[in-house]
Amino acid sequence: MLFAVRTPGHAFLWFVLFSLLDVAPIQAQNVAPPGATVKLGIVSFLTGPAAAPFGIPGRNGAEIMIETMNAGKVPTPFNKVGFGGSTIDAKYIDETGSTANVVTEFRNLVQRDQVDAVVGYVSSGSCLAVTPVAEELKALTVFYDCGTPRIFEEKPRAYVFRVSPHATMDNVAAARYLLAKKSDITSYSGLNQNYAWGQDSWRDFAAAMEVLAPKMAVDKVLFPKLFAGEYGAEISTLLTSKSQVLHTSFYDGDLEAFIYQEQARALDKRMTILSTTGETAIWRLRDKMPNGTIIGARGTNGPLAPDSELNRWFQKIYSDRYGIPPTYPAYQMAMSLLGLKLAYEKAKTGEAKPTTDEVAAAFKGIEFEGPSGSVKLAIGDGHQGISQTAYGTYRFNKEKNEPEIVDVVRFPAECVNPPAGLKADDWIKDGMKGAKC
Amino acid sequence: MLSAFAVLIDGLVYAAYLFIVAIGLTLIFGVMKILNVAHGSFYTFGAYGAASAVGIYFNRGLPEAGGYLLMVLFAMGLGLVLGLILERGIMRWVYGRDEVVMVLVTYAAFLILEDVVILVWGPGSYAAYQPLLAAGNIEIGELVLSNYDLGLIAIATVLAAACYWGLKFTRYGRLLTAVIFDRETAAAFGINVKVVFAVTFAIGAMLGALGGAIMAPKIAVTLGIGVEVIVLAFAVVAIGGMGSIEGALAGALIVGICRAATVHLIPQVELFVIYAVMALVLTIRPYGLFVRAKPRKI
Repeated sequence: MLFAVRTPGHAFLWFVLFSLLDVAPIQAQNVAPPGATVKLGIVSFLTGPAAAPFGIPGRNGAEIMIETMNAGKVPTPFNKVGFGGSTIDAKYIDETGSTANVVTEFRNLVQRDQVDAVVGYVSSGSCLAVTPVAEELKALTVFYDCGTPRIFEEKPRAYVFRVSPHATMDNVAAARYLLAKKSDITSYSGLNQNYAWGQDSWRDFAAAMEVLAPKMAVDKVLFPKLFAGEYGAEISTLLTSKSQVLHTSFYDGDLEAFIYQEQARALDKRMTILSTTGETAIWRLRDKMPNGTIIGARGTNGPLAPDSELNRWFQKIYSDRYGIPPTYPAYQMAMSLLGLKLAYEKAKTGEAKPTTDEVAAAFKGIEFEGPSGSVKLAIGDGHQGISQTAYGTYRFNKEKNEPEIVDVVRFPAECVNPPAGLKADDWIKDGMKGAKC
Repeated sequence: MLSAFAVLIDGLVYAAYLFIVAIGLTLIFGVMKILNVAHGSFYTFGAYGAASAVGIYFNRGLPEAGGYLLMVLFAMGLGLVLGLILERGIMRWVYGRDEVVMVLVTYAAFLILEDVVILVWGPGSYAAYQPLLAAGNIEIGELVLSNYDLGLIAIATVLAAACYWGLKFTRYGRLLTAVIFDRETAAAFGINVKVVFAVTFAIGAMLGALGGAIMAPKIAVTLGIGVEVIVLAFAVVAIGGMGSIEGALAGALIVGICRAATVHLIPQVELFVIYAVMALVLTIRPYGLFVRAKPRKI
């Protein structure tokens, strides 16, 4: 009797079945009426520890780019209104929550809101979880910040793209910069978050160091929990080590917490900190970021961006609106949206909106110049971008009362990225053959 | 030798932090039998309150010592107000209900309070590093120790002693002990259990906020910090025994020392060690180290 009460009736089951059947053809065709707006889902951390340094700059980058695109005010060759004349309607979603929640929100954007594309994701964990779902739903997805190289290495993707280069570039370039500037070091340690991003970053950095300086010893390898907050034991371990350099891919609140705690214990007086994502924190930490820290910006972004008209324009509109210069997540978002815009306009031949498949085909292998410089989707079967990158040394300029990055070294894309068809890990371990530096 | 010393100091610092955070949680459970998930919110409000106080105070160039006091008092005041609002506004309506219902109510309060934080402070993060850096450091051999961290050990020690003294040698402590022992009998002897509940909840909230306040200078104060803390606090309280102050102290020390030892010696298992210790203790003593199994009333 109990079961009879709780079991849904046949009518309900038929309704659910027919509802599903009704949705399927719409998803498969994905054709919108001509002249309609282009709906984008923008996903980024809007709350939580990664919001202030990553999610919010990324969201702000999207907001200002979409506004200027809709007004047709982006400098040439991006001056067409919106995407190929269709204005962009963006829906902003918070990435905070479990990966299950991230996937649910992704499905909501694609199936319920019927967005034309999703641009987003900071966490590598989110990207790894969303990728198979995006492929299953045939939903055009552009990852803007997450760095794990595994996305396109595990299997070929049809609907997932990433304009921003992956973490291998950051860590190979970090190793090259370190050895160019500090050839006398004998050992180094690592402090990275215990999940895909931190593990991949350390794997690539340690492997690159093994190839470039095989005699250099690895000392302490530490993987604290993501958002651990308290790093007293890690700092003691490093203080009692013989390392002269500390590699860290810490980002968000973890990076800031670590810097405060290590400053209180003078760790940076004992060893040079090499922070692959440090650029995101310089405007917040200012004189609290130790002078001499080696800083990366995951590409030529922020203060490391080339002096071009597009970059000056982007810096100005962003700074005027938000009162702070754009950091690399804002650049990555801008580059992702510009890439998608170009692909969309390339795919659009008539008045009608191009299909997802047409945009994906046009996106493949695309090459363009944006605020961060030149990017080419050259690897991952034309789905993964590569670009030049740069590293520099941090200094707080007391006279100007602002942060600056000096002693900058630029590395060509072909010097620090694996060639097409090779896994990043295998390429590094095999001696980074074919690197053109 | 240096490593052993470093493990001891790091373990004590971590244990101090855990104890300050866990003591309010265990106090509320001991007296009211409420597994208070909203304790994470008290921590969060304490951290945000302290960050705001530090920002206002240190920007005016006032003497540093006053900043420490203001940070703690402001956060604890916030905890007191929040605790009373929560107890009088929500919790008193569910007293006597099933423990699971009360956990769900506190979880709902926790989710609501996370949004209140966004309403009040916005989604950005706050820095309150000034007290940490102003405290300076001390060098012992190769190890540089933060005076602020050593201060945390002192605060936790004073707090443990104050709790012991308060429970054993004050009138309110004896009333509390009576309520912990048997709520119905205490009421029959004329103890106003409702007042004891309200005061205990407010003290627990103030202690949670104190935990947030003392950690604020060491972290980026941002949304979600309460989630991490509540999980750790539950582990500590479960190891020591739910509702036991001595248990919270022992649990914090065990977790602190074990974590520090693994970071120094086998960093690969750091993520796992806290929960491995908890599982081991609960396998041997299912009610925790300081709580004996009770016969169940049928």
